[in-house]
Amino acid sequence: MTNRIREAFLKNANKKAFIPFITSGDPSLEVTEQLVYAMEKAGADIIELGIPFSDPTAEGPVIQEANLRALSNNITTDDIFKMVENIRKNTQIPLVFMTYANVVFHYGTERFLDRCQGLQVDGIILPDVPFEEKEEFAVSCQERDIAFISLIAPTSHERIKKIAESAEGFVYCVSSLGVTGTRSEITTDIGSMVSLVKEGNPSIPCAVGFGISNAASAAAMAKVSDGAIVGSAIVKLCGKYKEDCIQPVADFVKELADAVHGL
Amino acid sequence: MSKGRFGIHGGQYIPETLMNAVNELEEAYNRYKDDPEFKKELKDLFNQYANRPSLLYYAKNMTEDLGGAKIYLKREDLNHTGAHKINNCIGQCLLAKKMGKKRVIAETGAGQHGVATATIAALMGLECEIFMGREDCERQALNVYRMKLLGAKVHPVDSGTKTLKDAVSETMREWTNRVEDTHYVLGSVMGPHPFPTMVRDFQAVISEEIKDQLFQVEGRLPDAVVACVGGGSNAIGTFYHFIPHKEVKLIGCEAAGRGIHTKETAATVNTGSLGIFHGMKSYFCQDSYGQIAPVYSISAGLDYPGVGPEHANLYDEGRAEYVPVTDDEAVDAFEYLSRTEGIIPAIESAHAIAYVKMLAPTMKKDEIIVVTVSGRGDKDVAAMARYRGEQIYDE
Repeated sequence: MTNRIREAFLKNANKKAFIPFITSGDPSLEVTEQLVYAMEKAGADIIELGIPFSDPTAEGPVIQEANLRALSNNITTDDIFKMVENIRKNTQIPLVFMTYANVVFHYGTERFLDRCQGLQVDGIILPDVPFEEKEEFAVSCQERDIAFISLIAPTSHERIKKIAESAEGFVYCVSSLGVTGTRSEITTDIGSMVSLVKEGNPSIPCAVGFGISNAASAAAMAKVSDGAIVGSAIVKLCGKYKEDCIQPVADFVKELADAVHGL
Repeated sequence: MSKGRFGIHGGQYIPETLMNAVNELEEAYNRYKDDPEFKKELKDLFNQYANRPSLLYYAKNMTEDLGGAKIYLKREDLNHTGAHKINNCIGQCLLAKKMGKKRVIAETGAGQHGVATATIAALMGLECEIFMGREDCERQALNVYRMKLLGAKVHPVDSGTKTLKDAVSETMREWTNRVEDTHYVLGSVMGPHPFPTMVRDFQAVISEEIKDQLFQVEGRLPDAVVACVGGGSNAIGTFYHFIPHKEVKLIGCEAAGRGIHTKETAATVNTGSLGIFHGMKSYFCQDSYGQIAPVYSISAGLDYPGVGPEHANLYDEGRAEYVPVTDDEAVDAFEYLSRTEGIIPAIESAHAIAYVKMLAPTMKKDEIIVVTVSGRGDKDVAAMARYRGEQIYDE
């Protein structure tokens, strides 16, 4: 399934991928499911589904609040697996779970990943599991052909090459210091981070996330990498429009996806 | 297994953005911890500034009243700023200076760690920002003002349960935001490696002194050492030099809140399960899906859903035991020590006193208990009055 992620990066004419993020269960799992279909139609190449966690330490206020909204609806990991089961009846778009180590660990890492494998989940992102701790999760992922996606940050410097060497799926390039959330500008030299990734692993795609707020910045980030990830700017719309967020999200994702794909 | 493990516990479960910072910190700590000059500076600050060594006081009245083991109090409440927290802050701020950091940030629960950090930051000329749950800011308004007085900026935290765990999360977030010139003075033996080891080393002075002081008056080791446990820094400091002496019982007192069979508890070892949170693998209060539980204790300093990884391992190995103490028991002990010995303990420390009240009568008169009074209780007086139905301030 790690190949489906690769293919998602290669299928567009300009070989760039657009990856939106939403928090499962915000505002409801029914809406989340519909958002997946709408975002695929609008041009998303891979979709990141957040599994809410009570204390998401890498998130800014927008996604923190989305997590709390989902949890206050009593959404559980099992409910999310059931939703993905429905999604898989309708689409094979690459899906990547983004959550925190404890959600996976406490469910039972093997049990969690067995469920993922059964549902053809393509990858998993755990922002609180750095390179030094990844073996605990990555080995079990490999056994099931699930990509354990690594992150690099503006502070990673000499770590980037070694992270890239064993990276799978794609490398998640964190554009800025701090937590998730939209920013008015991104000042990091993304281009040189991406070159370091490619030095370590020439074939791994590298997508940029954190702080991308509009089509122009998505296009700019995709230009210097292989793709753009947008979370908070989309989740903001889910928070604002609630049950009626499907159309506004679809419109926004289309704008972003077109920009990334150079259309 | 990665670095900083205590059995299966510990590790470094943090965002990539912080990895180089904790690696640098580990490197700096390893470079300075055995450096004679650093050790001398640390010791001078301990002794000249923080009023160490703290007294080991024979609690004669309490001993006679309880009619069992001899009770000694390790008086960390007599340190400058009124708690054991200063030991760790002196160590970490000194290290931060050596590393060329200009700014320190810290979380605080009851406010003691925030005050201690602000104090040392003032002394050393470091910029200081403190994150404190909004609910705790209200419970401990006096400490908020003390921090401001010391030149620190206090940020009330509105996320989650607005208490200590959220303050830790918010300080971690702030650290990812500005890591280059900033050191995070983590207040307990928790978080990612090297914090649990480094903070323990700075707090180990407590048991080092107890051992010497007790040897001078009694010529032997204690039979039991007792301390309260939130994250567990005063407890690990109290235990550390006794860990190799298997004949010394190590007892940590957890905040049971309204009882370990209710949801309103913060007794992590007694009610929690294995998890990964705030940079470490350890025991946490959590639900069946790994969502961190909103914990409760009358004591803001023990109101935390996790426990340091070394404690988790001492528990696994059966080397230390962790007992739950309720709000009611702690408040009784708060009043008891005040009346019996003329010492008003922090409500956190009162949890340890409460257990000693139960333990001492079961032991022989020639046996010895040392209990650490981790802090003084001035900050708790208004809340204790309120607990007894008396308002001493206008709301």
